[in-house]
Amino acid sequence: MNWTFFHKLGSPKWFYEISGRWLPWLVISSAILMTVGLVWGLLFAPPDYLQGNSYRIIFIHVPSAFLAQATYVMMAVAGAVALIWRMKLADWALKCGAPIGASFTVMALVTGAVWGKPTWGTWWVWDARLTAMLILLFLYIGIIALRDAFPSQQTASKACAILALVGVVNIPIIKFSVEWWNTLHQPATLKLTEKPAMAPEMLIPLLICMAGFYLFFLTVFFLRLRNEILHREQRTRWVRALFS
Amino acid sequence: MTTSSATTHSTITQSHSVSSGQAFMTLLRRDMLLAIRNKGDWVNPLFFYLLIVMLFPLAITPQKDSLIEMAGGAIWIAALLSVLLSMDSLFRSDFEDGSLEQLLLAPHPLSLMVISKLLAHWLLTGLLLTLFSPLLALLLHLPFEAGKALFAGLLVGTPILSILGAIGVALTVGLRRGGVLLSLLVMPLYIPILIFGSGAVLAALDGLSWAGHIYWLGSLLMLALTLGPFAIAGALRISLE
Repeated sequence: MNWTFFHKLGSPKWFYEISGRWLPWLVISSAILMTVGLVWGLLFAPPDYLQGNSYRIIFIHVPSAFLAQATYVMMAVAGAVALIWRMKLADWALKCGAPIGASFTVMALVTGAVWGKPTWGTWWVWDARLTAMLILLFLYIGIIALRDAFPSQQTASKACAILALVGVVNIPIIKFSVEWWNTLHQPATLKLTEKPAMAPEMLIPLLICMAGFYLFFLTVFFLRLRNEILHREQRTRWVRALFS
Repeated sequence: MTTSSATTHSTITQSHSVSSGQAFMTLLRRDMLLAIRNKGDWVNPLFFYLLIVMLFPLAITPQKDSLIEMAGGAIWIAALLSVLLSMDSLFRSDFEDGSLEQLLLAPHPLSLMVISKLLAHWLLTGLLLTLFSPLLALLLHLPFEAGKALFAGLLVGTPILSILGAIGVALTVGLRRGGVLLSLLVMPLYIPILIFGSGAVLAALDGLSWAGHIYWLGSLLMLALTLGPFAIAGALRISLE
């Protein structure tokens, strides 16, 4: 297997150049997909026969919930890479991912509460998935707080990498334990192994929304990471050349 | 000439070298001795535990039926908080007087040394809390069968609390104000143990078999015991860098 791309990833300069080339495409494609998906989902998709129009919030809720979890896994992988190969870019990726993941978690919780009020008759229930999401939010907050507590950036990123890894081992345990503890939330909307139970008129805009949200995440993530690179590498020759 | 001096040198180092097992026992004995002499380390968490349990009937209701229902959860929460409170003393004094650094430099696997420290810590906190749980169960009118479930759960669950807590302590030991941060880091990880532990008590109250919950705690303990010491050792290396 060709590993050169992996070694190149260790170079912030290389990443900065590549991501700069990708960024316009990411912005355009995420804007198009999110507009199409959200307009289609919120205005043109047929109403649900049981929930009427209130179900439409899934076009925001489901992609946010997906990204909330995916970001954490990404951070744990970045943490492992940072600890094993001492790649500084992975450190920074871990740092830049945390606030975005936390925001998506908050978004999933808030949209879920807004949907729960008309459907379940309450803003919040102590259900397994809701609780697991809340715990995920605390894991994010823990990582952000731990980073802030260290005076030295280098120690902070290693400590955060360990915490992210410990957390990712715990996430499935937390998830299953709270699921056995109490459950009201419907089973996952989308499963890879089964034929989707949703009508295609609703499923297609949802899938477009999800793709749009993922690209949006990449856009924001790249912007943050590029900012971080410039900040950390401000004394290097290539950054100075960039702004001279 | 050179070979003979080399052999004498190697015999000298050999006679002075200590096996990892001996180091484990020495460290365990030292930590136990220090803790026993420094009574606050293990007596205060115990009183904290009894006090928190006392707050529940005062805050909610002294009625027997409601007390029975919440007894398991209340005692588990109290145990969890007092383990968390006691965690701070695990590495703090060793960090301050430099013996933690010596432990890092010692030729024995750091994860093994960490297990020794954790064992000493657990014997004086987790085990003590477990031993006092029948008394608290009696105070909250918990039936005998549920009390057994509580005892078994605490016996298997408190070592997991110590291991997970130690990961947080090892990460924050170099920081000046680690206390609140420590609970923020560790509390989310404690949730499964709380669920299975108090779940066992609730199952026993309903007359169901509670062994399943204890088996779950046992498997989590195995997982924590096999992976935890490496995470703690790694975190200590980072904190002392």
